[in-house]
Amino acid sequence: MSRIAQKLAALAAAGKTALVPYITAGDPRPEATVSLMHLLVAKGADMLELGVPFSDPMADGPVIQRAVERALAHHVTLDDVLEMVRVFREKDSETPIILMGYLNPIERFGYEAFSHAASSVGVDGVLTVDMPPEESFGYTPALREQGLDRVFLISPTTPQRRLRAVNEKGSGFAYYVSLKGVTGSNELDAEDVARQMLRLKDELQLPIGIGFGIRNGETAYAMAKMGDAVIVGSALVSLIEANHNQDLYTIELALGEKMQEFRDAIARADAEKSF
Amino acid sequence: MSKEFSTIEYANFPDEHGHFGPYGGIFAPETLMAALEQLNLEYQSVKHDPQFLNEIAEDLRDYVGRPTPLYYAQRWSEKLGGAKIYLKREDLNHTGAHKVNNTIGQALLAKRLGKTRIIAETGAGQHGVASATVAARLGLECVVYMGADDVVRQAPNVARMKMLGARVVAVTSGSRTLKDALNEAMRDWVTNVDNTFYIIGTVAGPHPYPAMVRDFQAVIGEEAREQILQKEGKLPDALIACVGGGSNAIGLFHRFLGDESVKIYGVEPAGHGLETDQHAAPLCKGTPGVLHGNRTYLMQDAHGQILGTHSISAGLDYPGVGPEHAWLKDIGRVNYVAVTDEEALQGFRDLTRLEGIIPALESAHAIAYATKLAPTMGKDQTIIINLSGRGDKDMNTICQIEGIEF
Repeated sequence: MSRIAQKLAALAAAGKTALVPYITAGDPRPEATVSLMHLLVAKGADMLELGVPFSDPMADGPVIQRAVERALAHHVTLDDVLEMVRVFREKDSETPIILMGYLNPIERFGYEAFSHAASSVGVDGVLTVDMPPEESFGYTPALREQGLDRVFLISPTTPQRRLRAVNEKGSGFAYYVSLKGVTGSNELDAEDVARQMLRLKDELQLPIGIGFGIRNGETAYAMAKMGDAVIVGSALVSLIEANHNQDLYTIELALGEKMQEFRDAIARADAEKSF
Repeated sequence: MSKEFSTIEYANFPDEHGHFGPYGGIFAPETLMAALEQLNLEYQSVKHDPQFLNEIAEDLRDYVGRPTPLYYAQRWSEKLGGAKIYLKREDLNHTGAHKVNNTIGQALLAKRLGKTRIIAETGAGQHGVASATVAARLGLECVVYMGADDVVRQAPNVARMKMLGARVVAVTSGSRTLKDALNEAMRDWVTNVDNTFYIIGTVAGPHPYPAMVRDFQAVIGEEAREQILQKEGKLPDALIACVGGGSNAIGLFHRFLGDESVKIYGVEPAGHGLETDQHAAPLCKGTPGVLHGNRTYLMQDAHGQILGTHSISAGLDYPGVGPEHAWLKDIGRVNYVAVTDEEALQGFRDLTRLEGIIPALESAHAIAYATKLAPTMGKDQTIIINLSGRGDKDMNTICQIEGIEF
């Protein structure tokens, strides 16, 4: 069982929902990333999602686009991101790490070379936004070979038939995109998500993480009541942006406060779920 | 090798998953997968439907003004002293370029799918104008995404789109050109996929776009082949077209791919020179990768980041190219070459002063390559150039360069 599956199983057994923060590697500067990862874990992250910067992030909203631009201004590469994970693992061998990004940097690296490198530095799962199951005949096996989980996105528009493919080819968990839109959108509809969850849980054996548009305690609470994991990205990244010229301590304070808000909301949801 | 070219069933490409050899495919975010599938099903079901094809044929004849002439550019040919050069006059289409051939077809599909809103990306603005035009005609809401730099250099087309009732969004992210306009259009589509049809303007993007846009543009080569046979009694010796995303090129080339005696040249923009990093020639200098929904040749660095490009022509200023071109390059059927900004400008001047035809700066790249190729050929040989658009939209750029007050 992978580190991701183990973590989610342990949390589920304890009646808990996972909190999964996202940051873009190299934002606001490369030397900050490993410290921020440790901070997020100290503030209650159960897993970490680390964004791999790509020049053309076509599924991301303005907040993550600008984070990627800040990282790319420092020429952060996929090699650099893997090195950050390696350094993080020197002090933390427990927290699962999922790399999230676009296919081209991995295509350029080579599927097998990437899978091997990612696995050996301690990456646990990979989410590639523009790589659907249909094109993954060479990709998923390469990841699997190295014990990496393949996390697929599912959206409100995903038909039942495609859910089966995700169930078959995905592992770790499935990432439910809670709205039609880009990351950081502002139109999360909890009732719609609830309807969708019924449909998803019918077809999927995998745990379900919910992300896109979760910006505060209120939305985190609503999503935690329905999903196995809650993923928060733009809400944290916008705090990094607001403080990007400040010292690391200031950024950490801002992130820590926001994490506490999410953590409290999820704890509230978990308490109610267990009744 | 040449024998093999006549035995390939080009119409069988792409395969049902949108692959041209290793290129093409569907590399799209999950939210779009269902919409792409629906579009593909609809397109496959209508592409041989006589009623649908009739509807398109009527629109092309009565609204667009097809067939476009095949014009013998005698004075220019004689000055070059080699092959006879024919121009396929796509500049004479309604809206001034080949782009409308495609938007007519996609707008009909949008209507069939019950979509009320269309979006488009545009570089030179020709595809934006052609989209705004069909939207006005069908009463659809229209939003066009355009790089902020292109909004400035193609101002006349921005004005036309607005006049036609479209909203033009200037995209300020990334390199502020065509690739960023495409990213932004994708983001819009992901958000509004229920009521929105995305009219992609070139033979790129996720399947079925490269095949569908090619089929809508193939009328160029169908007509040109008939016209040259009528005028010359034989096939041309060479075809030339400029290649950005590659829709006008594939439109001219496709019907001739199986004619092994016809040499085919796709002309990429070399910008300040292929030896500099200031160009937009992925087929000449790029490497395969995945961008905007398909695998193809890209301008990218060693880490898979897409590079900024440069071309004097906004319509060619793009780091990728249609996947069918990538495949045609690899199998050797089409020769991909490049000309610089300066050479394109000279081509622009030549055609304007010798034939009284002001070409778009995109098309001027094809003109410029002909000035190199024609003199190496015999007087009994013929070339067809796709004159893909007219140059009115480029007056700002040209006047600045030539020091003419606009």
